[in-house]
Amino acid sequence: MEGLEGDLRALMIASLDGDAAAYRVLLETIRWRLRLYFQRRLSQDPAEVDDLVQETLIAIHNRRGTYDRSQVFTAWIFAIARYKLVDHFRRSGRRRSVPLDDAASVQAQDESSGADAAHDLENLLSKLPAATQALIRDIKVRGSSHAEAADARGISETAAKVAVHRGLKRLSAHVRNGMDAK
Amino acid sequence: MTDSLVRTLAADLAPVSPWYVARKLTVGVGVGVVLSAVLMLLVLGLRPDITHMMGTGIFWLKQAYTLVFTILAGLTAERLARPAANARQRILWLLIPLLLVFGMAAVQLSDVAAGARMPIVMGGSASVCPWRIFFFAIPPLAGLIWAMRDLAPVRLREAGAAVGLAAGGAGAFIYALHCSEDAVPFIAVWYTLGMALSALLGWIIGPLLLRWR
Repeated sequence: MEGLEGDLRALMIASLDGDAAAYRVLLETIRWRLRLYFQRRLSQDPAEVDDLVQETLIAIHNRRGTYDRSQVFTAWIFAIARYKLVDHFRRSGRRRSVPLDDAASVQAQDESSGADAAHDLENLLSKLPAATQALIRDIKVRGSSHAEAADARGISETAAKVAVHRGLKRLSAHVRNGMDAK
Repeated sequence: MTDSLVRTLAADLAPVSPWYVARKLTVGVGVGVVLSAVLMLLVLGLRPDITHMMGTGIFWLKQAYTLVFTILAGLTAERLARPAANARQRILWLLIPLLLVFGMAAVQLSDVAAGARMPIVMGGSASVCPWRIFFFAIPPLAGLIWAMRDLAPVRLREAGAAVGLAAGGAGAFIYALHCSEDAVPFIAVWYTLGMALSALLGWIIGPLLLRWR
């Protein structure tokens, strides 16, 4: 995260000095971060998220002079994003509170949600027979084809497909039961 | 869609000075101060004994007290114009002139008999002084709000109060060139109140006028 912050800040300072190439890279990078930020806080309406990303990019552009070169750059970006989000709720008449979050916690959430998902997946997979686990890892997580995975385990492609299908069915049953239990 | 936006924005890039925010606010307050000064000269005029008073400490104390408020509140506004910047330290600086002038006022009052204190505090113009300061603060406040709208305040009340206080200091600086009250207790109470009125106005109108898109 420190590396990213340093890179972005260097790009921003170059942009403030008029380096258009640096500026394009910067905008491309923060564009995806902003998308994540708004996706997590809005309904999954992609048009709404898109509008906010664009509005925020325009605000960043028009008000780039308010970035203090000694300031944490991601904090500046996300303060603008948060302002835009609050403004969006205000205009759409929805009363919603937006939790105060600085860039650090935004980043932390990014990473922990990925880690959580990986952890949950491992937990679930461990409930399946070893051969099925290996097949699902190969095909669904790593992205191999059914034929490749079947070859590696020395079984037919059809057998692999059936095993994966049954395994996934059992997994979703587990998830449903888990949610009901909560 | 966003691709073409990124291209458009990159093509529109021009270098920006590190002094962008300070310059913008200075222009805003400067235009307002000139307008207030002209209004003061036309409506009230300079105090008649100003050339003599320029040789006294109290004259410069009034000018310094009000100017320091403009500068310190202006520096606070400079922070509050930037998203996620920390303005707390700069607000605390304001305590220094405040404590200094109230301390001097207390010393001056402790030197006189109890019955003579109230007349010193009230002077001859206590009922108009804060309102006149408030009046002369409006042009610089308008200028600062104009400047702020091009910047990016995210705490609109605080930003409004900061520009209000800076404008109050500027209005009081101008009014002090007319006002012939020369007791520190008078300055401490009524000048501070006038500047505070302007800060209050800024605090009220900040969320209405400083919102940007």
